[in-house]
Amino acid sequence: MMRNLLTSIALLGFSAATFAADAVAQTEKQATNWHAIIMFCIFVALTMGITYWAASRTKSTSDFYTAGGGITGFQNGLAIAGDYMSAATLLGLTAMVYTQGYDGYIYMLCFFAGWPIILFLMAERLRNLGKFTFSDITAYRLDQGKVRTMAAISSLTVVCFYLIAQMVGAGQLIKLLFGLEYNVAIFAVGILMMVYVTFGGMVATTWVQIIKAVMLLSGGTLVMVLAMSQFGFSFTTLLEKATSVHKLGDKLMYPGSLLKDPVTAISLGLGLMFGTAGLPHILMRFFTVTDAKEARKSVLYASGFVAYFFNVIFLMGLAGILIVGQNPEFFEGGTIGGKLIGGGNMVAMHLAKAVGGNMLLGFLAAVAFATILAVVSGLALAGASAISHDIYARVIMKGQASEATEIRVSKIATICLGAVAIVLGILFEKQNIAFMVGLAFGVAAAANFPVLILSMYWRGLTTRGALLGGYGGLISAVLFVLFSKSVWVDVLGNAAPLFPYTQPALFAMPVAFLLAFIGSKTDSTVRGKTDLEGFDDQWVRAQTGFGAASAANH
Amino acid sequence: MSTEMYQRMKANPKFQDLVARRSRFAWTLAFIVLTMFYGFVLVVAFNPTSLGQPIAEGSRWTLGVTAELLMFIFFWVLTAVYVKRANTEFDALNQEIIKEAWKDKK
Repeated sequence: MMRNLLTSIALLGFSAATFAADAVAQTEKQATNWHAIIMFCIFVALTMGITYWAASRTKSTSDFYTAGGGITGFQNGLAIAGDYMSAATLLGLTAMVYTQGYDGYIYMLCFFAGWPIILFLMAERLRNLGKFTFSDITAYRLDQGKVRTMAAISSLTVVCFYLIAQMVGAGQLIKLLFGLEYNVAIFAVGILMMVYVTFGGMVATTWVQIIKAVMLLSGGTLVMVLAMSQFGFSFTTLLEKATSVHKLGDKLMYPGSLLKDPVTAISLGLGLMFGTAGLPHILMRFFTVTDAKEARKSVLYASGFVAYFFNVIFLMGLAGILIVGQNPEFFEGGTIGGKLIGGGNMVAMHLAKAVGGNMLLGFLAAVAFATILAVVSGLALAGASAISHDIYARVIMKGQASEATEIRVSKIATICLGAVAIVLGILFEKQNIAFMVGLAFGVAAAANFPVLILSMYWRGLTTRGALLGGYGGLISAVLFVLFSKSVWVDVLGNAAPLFPYTQPALFAMPVAFLLAFIGSKTDSTVRGKTDLEGFDDQWVRAQTGFGAASAANH
Repeated sequence: MSTEMYQRMKANPKFQDLVARRSRFAWTLAFIVLTMFYGFVLVVAFNPTSLGQPIAEGSRWTLGVTAELLMFIFFWVLTAVYVKRANTEFDALNQEIIKEAWKDKK
């Protein structure tokens, strides 16, 4: 049952939260874990100190949205890795390797492979053209009002779906790891996030992300090293022992049920790769560095950390098969092979306890909480900037808003988003939210990515094409998910799905590209002509970085 | 003013050279990554059992694990190669182009 559950969730998309939330949902609240709570309080105290410091440095809009553009490539690399490796990575992927073996490793490669592509085709152009949000790029030479409204709507859609998944995941996870009430956990995450973002803006959000990434990398490495020491640091010994005890036997190292259907496999690969390149909170990170040079370095460091950590997780999952899977202490009722205490996602936590005792368990639990908090903060900042920078400052005020009012609007927007996140987190507590992250990635890949890449690479894109492509991608991604098994059957309770595949990317992305193409080609308006004429300047700026937003001096 | 600068840069043969070289390099690397990755996805989809075979008689390392580990390393090495060349060779050329555009202006 666990296996099926994991597979079906895995197919929908990816997030710790989804994974965690679903598998954790049926579990009981655990005893209060004081080690974890104390360590988490240390983390909160440290990050609050940083927020206090950051608040004194957050004066202009540029400070608020992009930390003044003064983050180094290395710092940003850590922060991107932090944004990308959620609690799902740590808990969900370890659990996936533990139950499915090699399938988990395949999944990790799908998650990783987008990064080189982002570097080769997007990173420096993003930095050279963008200022605060990715709509700065899509609207560069197009109609500001209409295109920004469209980009802000799809950004907010992505942010909201992702937030729900993270909040519900957070509540379930914290209930489990810390022994706190679900609602207490939701309020804690929501309020801490509001404090970080409203007071410290991007400076605080970046440092929260960096600290969390360092904690995650070191915690994972420590568990992996301690676990591997039991096998003489030999991968061969580990594999030999793991395959001999696992119920899959030698099949443990074969691709299993995860990607057996080619359409799903390719659609998932596309969705993860290009969804990553369309996530507003990830794209925003490219505007925090000094220049294109640092933007490239960010990807180099980020992808290095991500690749390293995925391999650590693979080893942790395999070691878990032996260290956790063979120890009756971790199973309900003490029966090996039965239900793991706390649910399937607890493998990483049990492994930490087995190799490092309660201290290491507490540390890893605190890392998981910190991870959720950091990801939620990044999302809230991205959502708030879509509201204040795109909709308020550029669409409503037509660029006439003062910096002070723009910052005030983004702070109000952050508090509203925080409140919305808390309310939705509570409303969705008992819901199956597994499809939310799939939807977020699907919308990012189908609504944000096509228009963004076309605006940078294709001279022929006009305002009309961008609007058709953007809204078309958004609507089709949402409809494909709505009619798929994960919502139509699992949530709405219908007998059969209207759309046979759970992954929308392979179908929604072509819709977006096609509509953008047709919309632009048939565009004979005056606006359309201006759009084409703007391409030359944009092209030179994208290539050279001349005229790009520069780092603030302080 | 910017438009004027952009036009001067665009007219510089060095700019055309930079764009051509960097694009060719970036697309070549992207093509390698996309081919290997989607090639691998297709093998997973259509011939999964081949990935479970050991790389050598009696070895515990399977083809799948080895291939994937190598891809993790290789893709990262490609990013390092790109960053190295872009941050030295291409950026130097880029600075020259901007400097020359300023000079023309005076």
